[in-house]
Amino acid sequence: MVWALPTLLLVTFLVYIALRLGTDPLQSYLRTNPRASRDKIEQYKAVNGLSSNYVLGYFHWLKNFVTFNWPRSIKGSREVWPELKDALVNTIRLGSLATFLGVVIGLLVGMFAALKPGSRRDVAVNTGAFLGISIPPYITAVLFQLVFSVYWSRWFGHTLFPTSGVYPAGHTGFDLVLMLKHMALPTMVVAIQVVAVYSRYMRSSLLDVLNSDFMRTARSKGISERQILFRHGVRNALIPVVTIAALDIGAIIGGLIISENIFAYPGMGVYFLSAFGTGDFPLLMPWMVLVVASTLIFNLIADVSYAFLDPRIRLD
Amino acid sequence: MALRRFLSHKAAVGSCVLLALMVLAVILSPFTARYGVNQSVRKPPNTFLPPQKLAWFGTDDIGRDLYSRLIYGIRVSLIIGLFSALISTIVGCVVGAVAGFRGGRFDDVVMRVTDLFLAFPFLVALLVIRNTIGSIHWLTVIIGDKSSARFIVFLLAFFGWMGVARIVRGQVLALKEREFIEAARAVGATRRYIVRKHLLPNSIGPIMVALSFAVVGAITAESTLAFFGYGPQAGDGATSLGILVGAAKGAVQTGYWWIAVFPCFALVLISLAINFIGDALRDATDPRLDRGE
Amino acid sequence: MSELVLSIRDLRVTFDTPLGPLEAVRGVDIDVHAGEMMGVVGESGSGKSVTFLAAMGLLPHRAKITGSVLLNGQEMIGAPNKVLRNMRGGLMSMIFQDPLSALNPVHRVGDQIVEMLQAHQSQLSDKDASKRAVELLDIVGIPQAAERAHQYPHEFSGGMRQRVVIAIAIANNPKVLIADEPTTALDVTVQAQILEVIERVQKTFGTAVVLITHDLGVIARVADRVNVMYAGRNVEKGGVDSLFDHPSHPYTRGLLASLPHEGAERLTPITGFPPNMLMPPPGCGFAPRCSFANDGCLTSLPALRSFGDLETACLRAEQIVVDGARP
Repeated sequence: MVWALPTLLLVTFLVYIALRLGTDPLQSYLRTNPRASRDKIEQYKAVNGLSSNYVLGYFHWLKNFVTFNWPRSIKGSREVWPELKDALVNTIRLGSLATFLGVVIGLLVGMFAALKPGSRRDVAVNTGAFLGISIPPYITAVLFQLVFSVYWSRWFGHTLFPTSGVYPAGHTGFDLVLMLKHMALPTMVVAIQVVAVYSRYMRSSLLDVLNSDFMRTARSKGISERQILFRHGVRNALIPVVTIAALDIGAIIGGLIISENIFAYPGMGVYFLSAFGTGDFPLLMPWMVLVVASTLIFNLIADVSYAFLDPRIRLD
Repeated sequence: MALRRFLSHKAAVGSCVLLALMVLAVILSPFTARYGVNQSVRKPPNTFLPPQKLAWFGTDDIGRDLYSRLIYGIRVSLIIGLFSALISTIVGCVVGAVAGFRGGRFDDVVMRVTDLFLAFPFLVALLVIRNTIGSIHWLTVIIGDKSSARFIVFLLAFFGWMGVARIVRGQVLALKEREFIEAARAVGATRRYIVRKHLLPNSIGPIMVALSFAVVGAITAESTLAFFGYGPQAGDGATSLGILVGAAKGAVQTGYWWIAVFPCFALVLISLAINFIGDALRDATDPRLDRGE
Repeated sequence: MSELVLSIRDLRVTFDTPLGPLEAVRGVDIDVHAGEMMGVVGESGSGKSVTFLAAMGLLPHRAKITGSVLLNGQEMIGAPNKVLRNMRGGLMSMIFQDPLSALNPVHRVGDQIVEMLQAHQSQLSDKDASKRAVELLDIVGIPQAAERAHQYPHEFSGGMRQRVVIAIAIANNPKVLIADEPTTALDVTVQAQILEVIERVQKTFGTAVVLITHDLGVIARVADRVNVMYAGRNVEKGGVDSLFDHPSHPYTRGLLASLPHEGAERLTPITGFPPNMLMPPPGCGFAPRCSFANDGCLTSLPALRSFGDLETACLRAEQIVVDGARP
């Protein structure tokens, strides 16, 4: 836990260097604002910490960042935080729904398969999971688009699930049903990935546990099958699953980014890709900080839950 | 014995056959392809033709035969995948073996670094590193400009070695405590000798598994990059599987289904095949036999 | 003789393996009386563990079990699950060889005893169950039982863990406790302690104990009666003193002779190997290794019969013991 803050600083520093080298913030700025005055350019450089010394520049940027003195975007000089916040909220909605569904279904399916190994349903689950892992998310996304939008409307005359945005253009206000309809397809795409991965983990972990000696002791106690399965089997099987799980967040976010892009869902993924495309440093850095921070937080959560679930590794 | 177990996985064996056929078709491409990679099927109108005798998989936006382009594209992607996976595996083996064997500070650092990289969303890291490396001039001189195939090979290798290293490290850690290593040490074998003659040969199984997953990873990564427009841009119409799949994006709305279906199908088939093989390899070389079946 | 608590008759267990059917138990009869310590001796593969796993209903579904197991008069083979579950942990419980893997690593020790208690005495409140759990830990000799009940299995040593396992097994005052090689995984000094705990439990609660082991020393020390098994069948039965004094079956004699004893310069093992239970020999299971075997032994499967104060399954027992036949 002590590692978190220095790691955060170190990684953001590396990201800072990478972005400066990779996207050339100065060039990007000049490209978008070819008639910017000298003053404006200097101001831009100062606020973003773009001095020639990278280390100094980083601390400059850091100072501005933590005092909430955030520079405006290159293109159109927009405020960063409102856009980032919206993107974040949208992605959290999508991500949590997809992850929640994916994990619950995945764990249940994995359990389902592990209880009768080698049976037809086990084979079905394995094959399904395999397919889910092997097919890259953007292909599933495109496939869904094809089926649910284009062809569905051809066959049935209307679109079942819309394929873009959070709301139809021009809609204002909060409408849960409409929002869910728009989120349906991207959620399914990401959830499929999650289900595929978790069902395999759970199946393999539960199989291991079911073959252990203490399961035999549990059975010899004469307690009900359900108690045996859940209090002993699943409880122990969850331990390795949880550890791997929290570290897998990066993969889930990756899938989210791709899904968002294809379905034009205005979340963190779309934000990143468009900002990256224009080399918009002021938009990119806060985004990076958020992502790095959340990655570290999830790592932490993984460690904590692992200790919570497995008393053997708790530090006295 | 492991070979026998491998052969009992029907899916994997089928995949081997399938891949062998594909590789053969690709190697013999001047013969198996019906047209050149940039060649129009015939005089216009030749764009967006659906599958027919003239063009088995239809034609694309400027009238080129999709079937032939698919063959050439798969060739490019397979080469990229294989080479980058090979580099990843070699680097990963070395780093993983050293980290596992020596432990200590080096191991700690390697683990943290790979942890962080692997935890980061893949596409983001890929794009950022691509740009960063691509802007370091002396590097691009060696490995090529960032839109060249060579660059992609190195870029993917840069990401691939970490997964391999972890697998090898794990294996080395497990083997390190075994008696035959102690025995080797007791007769005075140097560390390098132990790694070379004992640890690595006993890790062939996991290494092969890691290699196969590295290949799949590389091919998928290349196609993901190309899908978003950051893939290899070679001149004179050369293409890769990723580029062809990327064209699927636009094809959906317009209803030219063959542009999306055939490349995607090919990609999925290749991934599945290699995944099956990797999985079967893992089962075949895993000493634990009681998997509940 | 006191009442019969466990009566096994003609028990047969066959496993379906990829290599064919494996007959692990081929017609075993065992009687256990209330409060007695019955030793079951045999080597690995003799079927001793499988017999009692079958009696407890702990074998996987693909095992084919025939015969009769009467526990307190209730037939166990083929009984509905509810009956079996009532029996397991309530009337009859079992402890196993490796205490570390026998305990669930993520539950506290006290909770694991409470679980056993509440499974069969559902009227017990949580508080009362916890109290009883601490008492049980005390009975098996765990110091500072109240604090240690809150600890996890990995915080105990091997011997202590086995005591915990025993505490769980006796929680509901079962009529029969089956101990499958309880001391094999432990140090010699600890072995003695665990045996002492088992004996103490037996005397205090009047539990019948079936002690399965391959160690004759253990049998000699604590058992009242002995049942010798070989190749899935009984070969000899009797009181411990009689058996050790005048064994009638060549296998038992071989076992006793192979124990190290004073004055002997070399050990005398039994030559040969146990039979392959995928293709068991048609006659007496021990005949291929027996120095007294004749043709009749190799072809006919002997049944247990009375022989003095023992029961034996050797066709030539008279010749061997009484007439002093030479091999």
